[in-house]
Amino acid sequence: MTAKRCKCGEIPEIEASRFEHIGKDQGEMEQITRPNLSYWQDAWRRIKKNKVAFCSLLLILLYALLAIFAPMFSQYGFAEVDSSHMNEFFSAQHWLGTDSLGRDLWVRTWRGARVSLSIGFIAAVLNACIGAVIGGVSGYYGGKLDMVIMRIIDVLYGIPSLIVTILVMVVLGSGIPSLIVALIIVGWIGTARFVRGEVLRLKEQDFVSAAKVLGVSNLKIIIKHIIPNIMGLIITNLTMAVPNAIFREAFLSYIGLGIAPPECSWGILAKEGVKMLRIEAYQLFVPAFFICTTMLALNLLGDGLRDALDPKLRGTE
Amino acid sequence: MSESSLLKIEDLTFSFRTYGGVVKAVRGVSFEVNAGETVGIVGESGCGKSVTAQCILKLNPEPPGFFEKGSIQYHGEEIITKSDKEMRKIRGMEIGFIFQDPMTSLNPTMRIGKQIEEVFASHPEISKKERKERAIEILKMVGINDVERRYMQYPHELSGGMKQRVMIARALVGNPSIVIADEPTTSLDVTIEAQILDLLKKLQKELGTAIIFITHDLGVIAKLCDRVVVMYGGKIVESGMVRDIFYQTGHPYTNGLLNSVPRLDLSRDVKLVPIQGTPPDLFSPPVGCPFAARCEYAMKVCREEMPPEFELSEGHYCACWLRHPNAPEIQLTRF
Amino acid sequence: MAKYILKRLAVSIVTLFVLITVVFVLVRVMPGDPFTGEKITPEIKANLEAYYGFDKPLPVQYFTYVGNLLKGEFGYSMKFMNRSVGDIIALSFPYSFDLGMRALTLSISLGLIFGILAARNRGKKLDLFCVVVAILGTSIPDFIMGALLQYVFGIEWGLLPVAQYLGFQYTILPSIALGFYTLAMVSRMMRASMLEVISQDYIKTAKSDGISNLRIVWRHQIRNAIMPVVTMLGPVVAATLTGTFVIESIFAIPGMGKYYVESVQNLDYSLVLGMTVFFGSVMIFANFLVDILYGIIDPRIRLGGK
Repeated sequence: MTAKRCKCGEIPEIEASRFEHIGKDQGEMEQITRPNLSYWQDAWRRIKKNKVAFCSLLLILLYALLAIFAPMFSQYGFAEVDSSHMNEFFSAQHWLGTDSLGRDLWVRTWRGARVSLSIGFIAAVLNACIGAVIGGVSGYYGGKLDMVIMRIIDVLYGIPSLIVTILVMVVLGSGIPSLIVALIIVGWIGTARFVRGEVLRLKEQDFVSAAKVLGVSNLKIIIKHIIPNIMGLIITNLTMAVPNAIFREAFLSYIGLGIAPPECSWGILAKEGVKMLRIEAYQLFVPAFFICTTMLALNLLGDGLRDALDPKLRGTE
Repeated sequence: MSESSLLKIEDLTFSFRTYGGVVKAVRGVSFEVNAGETVGIVGESGCGKSVTAQCILKLNPEPPGFFEKGSIQYHGEEIITKSDKEMRKIRGMEIGFIFQDPMTSLNPTMRIGKQIEEVFASHPEISKKERKERAIEILKMVGINDVERRYMQYPHELSGGMKQRVMIARALVGNPSIVIADEPTTSLDVTIEAQILDLLKKLQKELGTAIIFITHDLGVIAKLCDRVVVMYGGKIVESGMVRDIFYQTGHPYTNGLLNSVPRLDLSRDVKLVPIQGTPPDLFSPPVGCPFAARCEYAMKVCREEMPPEFELSEGHYCACWLRHPNAPEIQLTRF
Repeated sequence: MAKYILKRLAVSIVTLFVLITVVFVLVRVMPGDPFTGEKITPEIKANLEAYYGFDKPLPVQYFTYVGNLLKGEFGYSMKFMNRSVGDIIALSFPYSFDLGMRALTLSISLGLIFGILAARNRGKKLDLFCVVVAILGTSIPDFIMGALLQYVFGIEWGLLPVAQYLGFQYTILPSIALGFYTLAMVSRMMRASMLEVISQDYIKTAKSDGISNLRIVWRHQIRNAIMPVVTMLGPVVAATLTGTFVIESIFAIPGMGKYYVESVQNLDYSLVLGMTVFFGSVMIFANFLVDILYGIIDPRIRLGGK
């Protein structure tokens, strides 16, 4: 069966030698043209490519380092009162000025960062862990256990969390440990709800069914199939939860329930700054600047992580 | 060419700009559709068949997609240069479109009746009453019982097969001269699939609508179509009447597709023969025949030069170097 | 739908009781008491405790309290002698409600508009602007926002009053300070939801039907995109309500939040308890309304029963 004509134009002249049979090309047939990256490699590549998220990460690391080292290498103590240098603006001696008691604001800022950041991170990580375990167990095992947990979550979710936090703070008294406890008591619910939802969804997916049919144990399914698929979401959620916890700490300290003086946090600094707003506004601007940039960096990093860790977006920009 | 040619696509080339470069999804596709006939476009996933179909109604997102060259003529009018406003007059009323997945193709918050009537949304000359009459009538035609009740229902209250009937009703309500069906039965059960195909056949007879039927299933093509276009790697590799394609197969790829369809007339010992390998990456399509790498008959020239569309018989074209007069005579293996 | 409403109502009532119980227990185990002072002798203290019923066993106190609540009695404040908790709430709640409503209207309407505009203009300047506003909004704590607004508009430019709540111009700054965070939240959610909907198959179907862009945006995109946002309105209302705490103390507005913070600091048990219960009920009621609203706009809930 050969042709006499072409659809458009003449039949081209082709030398006979070019009709030599060569058959399939085993190599090219199954060729994979794009490089093969693991999930985390791919995520890291995309985070690095996302300049905003990457700068945010660097800024947070910088703040963390300053929080650890800045108070150590300063000649002033964070609670050191100096009545001869009250309400001084930025200078070579006091880089960020002094407050109404003559305390050095540079040292107080980083001391406050230590408290605020550690509360934020510890509370967020604990919330994520507790929430993930409860939500995961509830979603994976289902049945009565799930029903009971969900009813409890339904009820707890309806209670204004700030009220519970405030009351717990009043009962436990101010201080870092009680702050963390107060933030955890209501904080895990959000994570638990979404982890449960994700696990329920994943449980129905064919790759999990396939693993079950092959006789893989529950524990292994959770470790090998469920966790890697929700890890990205948990990490993203965690990043977003840190600013929330810092927010809460600042708010509680602001209304006088969080950290008790002389210990200081960004919330305390903001509170003291607001008092001086009419006279020496920079005393508010300093903590406000650091609180806002931290929040901003964490939010932007969270956004970046969400895109970078979303398995559906893999391989795209 | 012929007088009755309703839709004429010539050298259509459509690409997408992505971060990895330009993906040439459709590369120089030409075919035509005559009034009242059914043209099948067949090929495996990613061969460009859906993109081609969506080009006809300019449904591909632009950007990232863009027309590189070629023309699409409907009733002799160029589609590619039409504005969105002009396209709106054609969409629904002139050319209808049935999507693959009825589950996600209906708006979950809108009543069935309203969704069908939406086709008339840009046509104020049609009265409300008439719209409803048309919708009810078409719902009856696509075999939906209890129409008055269904008219007021939401998509989640309908089964998958029922939803696809609604989608068909929606595509037909504007009384278009062409309906494009993009794998309309792929996501349905086999029994439902048969019903839907019968329905399409019946409706076509009654309404005289031309159908462009996109599928990867040659069995469906045999059942429904007059002519077939076989696509591979963004190009048409073979086209012609259904009987020519099935019994005078010209292209090894078409042959491979036919060999991978289960048949009842063969003994059980005959195994299905898959086409080995995967389709080419359209980021950097091969210079020669896109199928060469997977073709057991491949020759030197296949890797080096794109074959032209050889005419095997009246209206039967095949883009394969085996059909060159100087090529060795080779019988394609059929089972 | 009736079944759905009843179910939500049952959950709300249970939540309310859990709240009352938890808060009652928490308040009773709080360290310190409001009667500690220099002038108060043990006899006076015993009398006071008898007056407020603290000498009775805890379960008795609890049931008395719940019984009184059902009758609509919140008890008497311990700090502001002779003033009932109900009176204080009746006096202060209108301020908080007014402020909260202004902030909510502002944030939800602008938030939705920003979200829609951003999603429709994805990747363009307008999108960037909306995203920046959203990110800033979620990055600035409300008390800092309030203080900055006071500084700029009140102290530096002297345009608007920074304290009290006496007329329209007094409401502007606190409403913005309170609404900015939720505005950002709403616009972020709406943008994400719109982007999700825009990529749905039924949008392509609508396009293939030859429907005009405006109609697609309105009838198909916004209609569907707004649903997940409505489910999130509960937290939005909660954030606004709790925001009033700090905004009211910064702007010296005599609302509930201000009284609440003071009563916590004064250890005014009955006021804390009463206001918490009231506050909780408002929020539970708001959540209930949001659930109903969601049921109304989502036909799958309205007709599905589940």
